[in-house]
Amino acid sequence: MSVNDKRFVPDRLHGRGYRMARSWESLLIVVVIAIFIINSFASPYFLDAWNLSDATFNFTEKALIAFAMALVIISGEIDLSVAAIIALASTAMGYAAQFGAGTPELAAIGLGVGLLCGAFNGFLITGLGLPSIVVTIGTMSLFRGLSYVFLGDKAFTGYPSDFAWFGQGYVFWVISFEFVLFAVMAVLFGILLHLTSFGRMVYAVGNNATAARFSGIRVGRVKFLLFLMTGVMSGMAAICLTSRLGSTRPSIAFGWELEIVTMVVLGGINILGGAGTIIGVVLAAFIMGLVTFGFGLMNVPGIVMSIFIGLLLIGVIALPVLYTRIVRRFTREQVQ
Amino acid sequence: MMARIFKHREALLFVAILLLVGAIELRFPGFVAPRNLVSIYNDTAILIILALGQAAVILARGIDLSIAANLALSGTIAALLNVAFPDLPVIFLLVAATFSGAVLGAINGLLVWRLSIPPIVVTLGTMTIYRGTIFLLTGGAWVNAHEMTDAFKAVPRAVFLGIPVLAWFSLAVIVLMMVVLVMTRLGRAFYAVGGNPHAAVYTGISVGRTHFFAYLIAGALAGLAGYLWTARYAVAYVDIANGFELDVVAACVIGGISIAGGAGTAIGAVLGALFLGIIKNALPVIDVSPFWQMAISGTVIIIAVAVNARSSRVKGRVILKKAEHAR
Repeated sequence: MSVNDKRFVPDRLHGRGYRMARSWESLLIVVVIAIFIINSFASPYFLDAWNLSDATFNFTEKALIAFAMALVIISGEIDLSVAAIIALASTAMGYAAQFGAGTPELAAIGLGVGLLCGAFNGFLITGLGLPSIVVTIGTMSLFRGLSYVFLGDKAFTGYPSDFAWFGQGYVFWVISFEFVLFAVMAVLFGILLHLTSFGRMVYAVGNNATAARFSGIRVGRVKFLLFLMTGVMSGMAAICLTSRLGSTRPSIAFGWELEIVTMVVLGGINILGGAGTIIGVVLAAFIMGLVTFGFGLMNVPGIVMSIFIGLLLIGVIALPVLYTRIVRRFTREQVQ
Repeated sequence: MMARIFKHREALLFVAILLLVGAIELRFPGFVAPRNLVSIYNDTAILIILALGQAAVILARGIDLSIAANLALSGTIAALLNVAFPDLPVIFLLVAATFSGAVLGAINGLLVWRLSIPPIVVTLGTMTIYRGTIFLLTGGAWVNAHEMTDAFKAVPRAVFLGIPVLAWFSLAVIVLMMVVLVMTRLGRAFYAVGGNPHAAVYTGISVGRTHFFAYLIAGALAGLAGYLWTARYAVAYVDIANGFELDVVAACVIGGISIAGGAGTAIGAVLGALFLGIIKNALPVIDVSPFWQMAISGTVIIIAVAVNARSSRVKGRVILKKAEHAR
């Protein structure tokens, strides 16, 4: 059967190369390269190994959570309590450190509190069937509120000296521990989402939860596991951040939930669920890190950076819509 | 009779508020004194105004996370106008703040309508943009009380018939929104679009246009609240009302407005806001550290959603019993 046969229906209209070139991820790569070039022209200090290494701290901790958040959003839910989990986990670690807990215990406590918070979210959302956006707005207040109850207006600072390694240590030359952790987690989450049957289930749940249930997927259990994941990753981020700052205040990581959601959406994860890749999130993390770091080198205040991130979020999503609309108008005229 | 009343979430919430106030009165006699109640209502007035705007958006199955940033930017614009042109009448500044809020809301609405970007993404983006714009306007400096004219600061505090003007504004907005939601074509369109957007299209309602007007209303109310906030607290800077958007959503949710759209009333939003406002005001009075406030309001939100979800649960039945047991 030849391709010219009228009865031939192609599986896909375009070849693999064309699809890859048109994909969201390629657009993000172009943006990353553009920002990199602009930055190196704008500041003479940008192209320095140590500077670039410092730049990674801007996004590694947020990206750790963004990987898990990406899966949650693909499954059609959202978790706004992640930054509050950081605060609670960090408070628990600070409390334990006061009683002389060592570094391994502190790390276990951080991850454990994250796990418990995730389980609590997961129970409310899948066990009681409540909408995740509201539940996590509630637990966001609850978790951060508990940190305020424990800490008040004080701060925990007495961390053991070797605890600093998580946030300040270097594995090899300029490669920090946090960056290695970021890379390892990117690969693990990439494998989980794109190469395992669990990953396929996440997409199935996000595309049509009812259909997924009829095809034998335990939708509730998948979602519960995803909220456990955001909890644990928030605990991991809490360890890195607390270790890097060397102190805990109840306002730690305030507002991060929205930056993390921005990172995930910028990475091409459909906020309505069902579509997106981990590579996209990795690229979005680089974009947000490079933008804020480049602005930092140019002495642009943080709040102005956030304007740019907001414009980037809306712009990157609006431009393809406008582009296809213009292309469609143009091609329609040609057909007529 | 009783059962029928309790089917209404608003009645349930009203009873809960009465119980709450009664419990506080036991610990702190004098809490229900009329003067104290008026002052609590006055403290909650801005939350009520914002919750009514947010209610319109959520009813139409959207969400406005930029509502507090809009308040801050519009309020700052009013304050800056007041500093730059002290001779301008206050009514003009009030209209300017409301207009600026409406424009910012319209930007949200246009992005949702014309570019079909999901509401949560649009308002997440505009939230940071609006707040950043305050920094560009003020250069990070505060607009302080001594720079504002006395007339600017006096309006929300002025007392009319024993009630502050701030509270009168919120009462007017309550009446207005009840009329809009129940008696106008637009109000019914919010419910139709939120209940089932596809069905709404078949009845001739433009979903995008309805969204646009929901954001326009929410924006205008946020702008009005912006003037009232800066005038009442006599200060304007980048971080005013930071994080307030979540209190506003919480008030709507506690008031029984379904986050999935299509269900809820203006009265519910008002009661939800009052519930949060009473808790906030009662904590220091009954000797609970204000540090407990966040944890308590979080717990209240979770309980409220759980109760609401219980009462509106769609009844299902188990099919394929054998397979169910086989698990």
